[in-house]
Amino acid sequence: MIGNRTPPDSAAIALLQQRAVQLKRNMLVQARGKGQGYLGQGLGIAELFAAMYFHELRYDPQDMTDPDRDRFLVSTGHYAIALWAAFAEIGLIDPAILPTYGADGGQIDMTTFDAVPGVEMTGGSLGQGLGVGVGIALAHKLDGRSARVFVEISDGEVQEGSTWEAAMSGSAFKLDNLVALVDCNGIQADGAIVMNIEPVAQKWQAFGWDVVEIDGNDMAQIVDALNWARAMNQIPKAIVLRTKPGKGLPTLEAREKAHFIRVEQNEWDLLTRELEEQNA
Amino acid sequence: MLNSTSNAHADSGKRSIQAPFGAALVKLATHHDDVVGLTADLGKYTDIMPFAAAFPDRYFNVGMAEQNLIAVAAGMAKAGKTPFVTTYGVFATRRAYDFIAVACAHSNLNVKIFGALPGLTTSYGASHQAIEDSALMRAIPGLTVIDPCDASEIMDVVNAAYDTPGTVYVRLQRGNVPIALPADYSFKTGKAQIVKAGSDIGIISTGISTAHALEAAARLEASGKSAAILHVPTLKPFDHAAVVEFAKSFDQLATVENHVKEGGLATQVAECLFEAGIVRKLQRIGLPDAFVEYGSPAYLMDKYGISAAKIFEALR
Repeated sequence: MIGNRTPPDSAAIALLQQRAVQLKRNMLVQARGKGQGYLGQGLGIAELFAAMYFHELRYDPQDMTDPDRDRFLVSTGHYAIALWAAFAEIGLIDPAILPTYGADGGQIDMTTFDAVPGVEMTGGSLGQGLGVGVGIALAHKLDGRSARVFVEISDGEVQEGSTWEAAMSGSAFKLDNLVALVDCNGIQADGAIVMNIEPVAQKWQAFGWDVVEIDGNDMAQIVDALNWARAMNQIPKAIVLRTKPGKGLPTLEAREKAHFIRVEQNEWDLLTRELEEQNA
Repeated sequence: MLNSTSNAHADSGKRSIQAPFGAALVKLATHHDDVVGLTADLGKYTDIMPFAAAFPDRYFNVGMAEQNLIAVAAGMAKAGKTPFVTTYGVFATRRAYDFIAVACAHSNLNVKIFGALPGLTTSYGASHQAIEDSALMRAIPGLTVIDPCDASEIMDVVNAAYDTPGTVYVRLQRGNVPIALPADYSFKTGKAQIVKAGSDIGIISTGISTAHALEAAARLEASGKSAAILHVPTLKPFDHAAVVEFAKSFDQLATVENHVKEGGLATQVAECLFEAGIVRKLQRIGLPDAFVEYGSPAYLMDKYGISAAKIFEALR
């Protein structure tokens, strides 16, 4: 069983940070194979995914159907690139298939389908994840299971009305086994956030959730927030993560079109070098 | 149950059952701990209150939020529950379509959706009349779509929905629902069955329209014309074989449905007969391509040609 709930020291934080860098390497391998992909989002959320799969979640990679596993729902299907990066590290997929990301007939698509072991929901239609998470958390309460439910959603999804229907029910049903991880990276399909969603944290608070807002690329802050979210006080938790698309690769961080990244073939070596230099 | 509106089109003096859905669900849930009930502020109007009273810990009302209703049901199904979900058909299908398609059907989740007020069974106007829900639902891959005729069939369908793997959509008649089908009839998922034998005209019908077709057939009989009725409660998967076999025997063929003709039973029958190479004139009795006004179900069904009297006039 992976999942160690003791508060990590600085050495443990550094190890988790190395995990995040490895996830970023895996994402580069995927995007390079395809020539394009949702690399900006993936790099921006790598620290969270590393913290989830190597610190917070309790699960057995040999049995991802265990009813008592913690569940991590990735509502944003296009964050598949980050999931496959993590799955390659925990043994759910063979790292050798990472270059087949998004390939016709391949196993690891550019979006998520829950027929793939370890994928907890079919993402892609934004605004569905939190409600599904509410349903799982509610069923766990009914069955007296201690397993917890984490739902990653994006800032774009905050614009969907269904997200707020779900938020309302999460607090009404007193689901303290439910944690929303709100990735605020400031971009959506049409560019910078096109409909103002601020103040995000206050919105969750108004819907009856306990909220913290953190630098979503700072591993120590992520781990702190996850520790905080364990409080069983009948209130669901929201962690608002301010993240930077393309984090760790200054060339991509500077890109204006970060929602869907295309990279010329001659740039990949440069990006790979850049990632290693940043983390040397 | 409570003050549920009775079917105004049900002739008085006929046998009927009060809230057949709720009664059957309570019985089912007694034997199956995984059954949970969900609604979106329409518990009192969709006959689920007997379940809520019997199993208060397993009953959840999400408020006026149909997208979340379906999403929460999907999540509960992912965690091993079998949610029975009620709202009006219009809200389930028009508001929560994407959630039914992606969150439920795509994952083949055991979510059983009962949409009340099919077609013209409400007086409340176009916002509440689910006149195109079957067409919408049958377009979703993998879904099972059922339009039961009467109280007994609704009760059978509650059990059948539980036994049918995956996502099921049922058109639900609420309140005091008549018994109309022959006593020896019992529902089988995916099966169309002949509920009245006859020789001159073949009627293919579904839902409450089969009850009205039976009445019309009795009048036809009295006027010297013998009508057979094939009842098709399961619209998906569609019983092609039974429809083709039935249609072969009749030169005069008609469909009757409490639903728009476009995309509903008539369309399905036409598709199926053409594919089998059977060319017959098909008289389509159903709702027009129009939103329908406010009015009592009996008045509206007569005005739009799907009452027993109007079916009789159309076919004699």
